Amino acid sequence: MKFRAKINDVGCLNHFTRVLNTITKLTKTCVLRLTVDNVYFVLSGKVANGGVSMWCELLQVNFFDEYQLEGVSSEANEICLEVAPENLSRALKTAQNAKSVKIKLTKKHCPCLTLAAELPSLSSIGRIVTHDIPVDIIPRRLWHDFKEPTMPDFDVSIYLPPLKTMKSVVDRMKNLSNYLVVEANLNGEMNLKIETDLVSVTTHFRDLGNPPWGDNAVQSQSRDVETMAHARVDIRKLQQFLMGQQVNPNKSMCTRLSQHTETRCSDLQTGVKSTTYISMWAKQRRWLLTSGEHRVTTLHSPSTTPL
Amino acid sequence: MPLSTQSQSGNDEYILVASLDNARNLSNILKAISFKDHAIFNVTQNGLKVTIEDSKCLQANAFIQADIFQEFTLKEDVVGFQVNLTVLLDCLTIFGGSTVPGVNTALRMCYNGYGYPLTLFLEEGGVVTVCKINTQEPEELIDFDFCSTNVTNKVILQSDSLKEAFSELDMTSEVLQLTMSPSHPYFRLSTFGNSGNAHYDYPKDSDMMELFQCTKTQTNRYKMSLLKPSTKALALSCKVSVRTDGRGFLSLQYLVRNDDGQICFVEYYCCPDEEVESNE
Repeated sequence: MKFRAKINDVGCLNHFTRVLNTITKLTKTCVLRLTVDNVYFVLSGKVANGGVSMWCELLQVNFFDEYQLEGVSSEANEICLEVAPENLSRALKTAQNAKSVKIKLTKKHCPCLTLAAELPSLSSIGRIVTHDIPVDIIPRRLWHDFKEPTMPDFDVSIYLPPLKTMKSVVDRMKNLSNYLVVEANLNGEMNLKIETDLVSVTTHFRDLGNPPWGDNAVQSQSRDVETMAHARVDIRKLQQFLMGQQVNPNKSMCTRLSQHTETRCSDLQTGVKSTTYISMWAKQRRWLLTSGEHRVTTLHSPSTTPL
Repeated sequence: MPLSTQSQSGNDEYILVASLDNARNLSNILKAISFKDHAIFNVTQNGLKVTIEDSKCLQANAFIQADIFQEFTLKEDVVGFQVNLTVLLDCLTIFGGSTVPGVNTALRMCYNGYGYPLTLFLEEGGVVTVCKINTQEPEELIDFDFCSTNVTNKVILQSDSLKEAFSELDMTSEVLQLTMSPSHPYFRLSTFGNSGNAHYDYPKDSDMMELFQCTKTQTNRYKMSLLKPSTKALALSCKVSVRTDGRGFLSLQYLVRNDDGQICFVEYYCCPDEEVESNE
């Protein structure tokens, strides 16, 4: 197994750092999957009753000027590592103004990702700061856990309202209830609702817009535009996810509702595709862990089923 | 605007409809008395009175007159109900506590009568939130029987001076002692804590003293834990009136200006601490 990559461009470095900062806010450990074309950060939702899962895909050429990978074997030309994203963020923090950053898979006392940042210096001799970040190599037999979940047919896909408003509302709702229902339709309307013995609160967002989807997923064409698809979410998980989002004008954030809520963030400019799932049903969890085994049709139940 | 379309259809059903262009004109003043969950609303043609009580010894009232509201319609003489104030405040501030100038949350508060929830319609930037808060039968309020004819001592102070004193008060003291007298020390706050005794004196001719009417020397002690919440009201106010009556009951009245410069009042009544009697 071999991996070496180098970032020479400060803009790419900053972008990579921002992505890692977002991931750090979401989870303490995650899986780093390296392939010839892509770098993935994956968090599979191994939580009992709803939680955040994450899939973040970076097109390697958009970040690295040099990139060499020799995977576990020629048929399985990938490397899977378990890493604490905070360690990577912290290392990148010191590399903010670096002329270049090299990342290598090394073996010190244990397998490590070694980050070497060449820092600008007034003297003719450059300064190099090296970080050794311990990682765990994930054996091949566990790799099926980290394949990209295929998109189920979803009922509604909608752009999220301004994060600031959504965060304020979700923060207040968290004081009032543990669970929140997200509803959306193809008319650009989204509602956030809570209901307890003491109080019921519904926030109505309008004119949000529904993104057109041309890729793998098939948006149900026969769907009535006004009908709401809904999903029930643990508010703390939603809050955790919203806190991790950094505002970036190039990003478009949208939610797809089928049986689970997925918020997808695609940076159209530089090819970062990241998908965060907030799953709520036990059924969902099984599906995410053993991706590919379930047919989409068996999972998809009519969205109008009352919760 | 969503709120106005609601009013056309819903207006006939509600016995109370009160609207504000800026919900902070209600939420800020309610925060000044929000030290307990249950608040009793008493609504008359004059406006809103919201009351919170603590251990039968303390009562806080916030008054928001009818003319503060952009719309105030009451179909009965008196309407009373009890709600959870913490929940109400979370709803009133649903869009966050932002103080960006020009950006306000508009509020329409509606009530249909006994057994119905308190319904709030809040709007900011085109986003509408509807809250329905369950109400209960209002508990009976204590009548402190504090009337102006029994007032023995009264001062009106500018709040700034008291704010400083209250922020420095020794919280290890179980009581706050108040001495009011036509002679020295005129107006004195005292604490008896672990660090020792502390006294704050305000002479009657001080700049901060707007009115000084003390007829009799009185010293009374009040539980610090009961008076501590009043600092929220003090922080919002520009003036405060301090009065005691023959029994040693304390009335604090705070003059509060809202975002639009309109005046509202907050009042605290407190019983003297019975454990120690001292009339120096």
